[in-house]
Amino acid sequence: MPTFIRHPKDFWTGIIFLFFGLAAVYIGQDYPMGTAGRMGPAYFPTILGGLLALIGLSAFIRAFVRPGDAIGKFYIREIVLILSSILLFGILMRGAGLVPAVLVLILLSAYASPKFTWPASLLLALGMAVFSVVVFVKLLGLPMPIFGPWLGF
Amino acid sequence: MEIFSNLGLGIETAFTLTNLFYCLVGVFVGTAVGVLPGLGPVATIAMLLPATFGLPPISALIMLSGIYYGAQYGGSTTAILVNLPGESSSVVTAIDGYQMARNGQAGKALATAALGSFFAGTVATVLLALFAPPLADLALKFGPAEYFSLMVLGLVASVVLASGSLLNAIGMVILGLLLGLVGTDVNSGAARYTFEMPQLADGINFVIVAMGMFGIGEIIRNLEHDETRNLVMKKVSGLMLSKEDFKRIIAPVVRGTVLGSALGILPGGGAMLASFAAYSIEKKVSKNSAQFGKGAIEGVAAPEAANNAGAQTSFIPMLTLGIPSNPVMALMIGAMIIQGIQPGPAVMTEQPALFWGLIVSMWIGNFFLVVLNLPMIGLWVKMIMVPYHRLYPAILMFCAIGVFSLNSSEFDVWLMALFGLFGYVCAKLDLEPAPMLLGFIIGPMMEEYLRRALLLSHSDPMVFVQRPISATMLALAFAAMVAVMLPALRKKREDAFHEA
Repeated sequence: MPTFIRHPKDFWTGIIFLFFGLAAVYIGQDYPMGTAGRMGPAYFPTILGGLLALIGLSAFIRAFVRPGDAIGKFYIREIVLILSSILLFGILMRGAGLVPAVLVLILLSAYASPKFTWPASLLLALGMAVFSVVVFVKLLGLPMPIFGPWLGF
Repeated sequence: MEIFSNLGLGIETAFTLTNLFYCLVGVFVGTAVGVLPGLGPVATIAMLLPATFGLPPISALIMLSGIYYGAQYGGSTTAILVNLPGESSSVVTAIDGYQMARNGQAGKALATAALGSFFAGTVATVLLALFAPPLADLALKFGPAEYFSLMVLGLVASVVLASGSLLNAIGMVILGLLLGLVGTDVNSGAARYTFEMPQLADGINFVIVAMGMFGIGEIIRNLEHDETRNLVMKKVSGLMLSKEDFKRIIAPVVRGTVLGSALGILPGGGAMLASFAAYSIEKKVSKNSAQFGKGAIEGVAAPEAANNAGAQTSFIPMLTLGIPSNPVMALMIGAMIIQGIQPGPAVMTEQPALFWGLIVSMWIGNFFLVVLNLPMIGLWVKMIMVPYHRLYPAILMFCAIGVFSLNSSEFDVWLMALFGLFGYVCAKLDLEPAPMLLGFIIGPMMEEYLRRALLLSHSDPMVFVQRPISATMLALAFAAMVAVMLPALRKKREDAFHEA
């Protein structure tokens, strides 16, 4: 981070708010604006987007004036493991079914912990798979395949 | 007296076997959630919401509310025994509660917390029964302009009470409002911000936002530091309070209850704020203030009474005005809408059994909680010992299955992951997720009221300041903002958040 940015947290907050605010205004132009008395679908989001962009701009400018703490470290390995376990759950759910999806979700996410061990995590994964089949499919009757078409069911 | 016939109806509703069962389930799950650090009531209620769709509305609401106030009881157990807040509202309980436990008075501290909470819960339930009807009567006279201003006030309050930069918190509210507008506009039928994805046509489900920001984001954050839990004692005994102890706690409990009840009603308030305020006031007024921080029983009694009272009175604005005062109430409103109930003052007149049943169930729930927390303390001690690295994969699974079951859509699961990432980034930037979730739930309602108010006034914006109730609320919102921006108060506010 260059040194002239004195408040990195405000700097990035500003960028995020500016991005969403301007995007809301820009995309909103595709919809009819209407008038205050007869508001079109673009009216409220355009006002909000404008306000958000202004707040973002002020945070952005403030970042060069008022000093603040550095942003804490991002734990990339943990983020990637947790998020990809959820992504895979989504993919596996439809094709392979609940049991494989839960097994992969538990094992992959448990791997993110420094205390991960194979035997304990396998046991947890199997236990959770059985639990979810019994509770969610059998008891609550949620429409989920226990094993999906990819496995020949 | 109308109130007795109303309460009679409530008793009739709450004391059915089904509803007693769901009340027990709710407070049990709530206690568990409270006991476990790293899992809060917002994520839990979001996780369990899909499972309640099939229940009758009253049972669903009884169970979900039980989770919220049950978590206030459970949180104190972890605070006292492990010096870790099981719940954000028991941060201050840990200060003196843990010291008491180290002095061998864990049982006494737990009993104080449970009995103080029970007293506060009982009083708050009575307050709810007394104050909700007149407030709802008043709210029935509200037009769209009043509702819009009320929502502005509620959102401003949530921002004022958030920690960190005020402007950035307002930014989070607006971001939430904008995200709430994604989907088909009810008035024009135009699909807004959907990027032509059919999955977004009905908008983003609030369960996805809540689970992502409060569930997934939190898990990644917890993985950053490897915490170890040191239980003070494996076996808790001495749960009885002496006459002497009762004398010492009665005044703090009453003060905590009054303060908590008042702060709970405020928009933006609730359990956490109540417990902080109660602790700092008790420290000032108590005769034993020198003992605070070293195991003063008053330091456990006051905040625990306050957080439970606050949790319960925060239902008042939700049930009477349909306005959420904190993220949990926002989820309750979402749950009501899913059940086909339009939250607002009409709930009381159109669904009296639901309204009064819920109130009576809270008292029953508080009673269950004392039983669950004192004689069954051994069970919770075992639960505290469950290490986080075994727990979080299971939490993740509940989140994923819960979100998938909403629409049987993997898109929703991926969206939750995205909000999880965003929640993590927000935490890194000191941006609070709570104002955003409030904005998200309120967004569509706020647009609708703004639209109607200006339609009725023939696009004259003065309508918001010409109508007295609306003007008062806007003035209050403005005053709150100005007050926080004043340098002297700004300093105080920052100190208050740092004291924890």
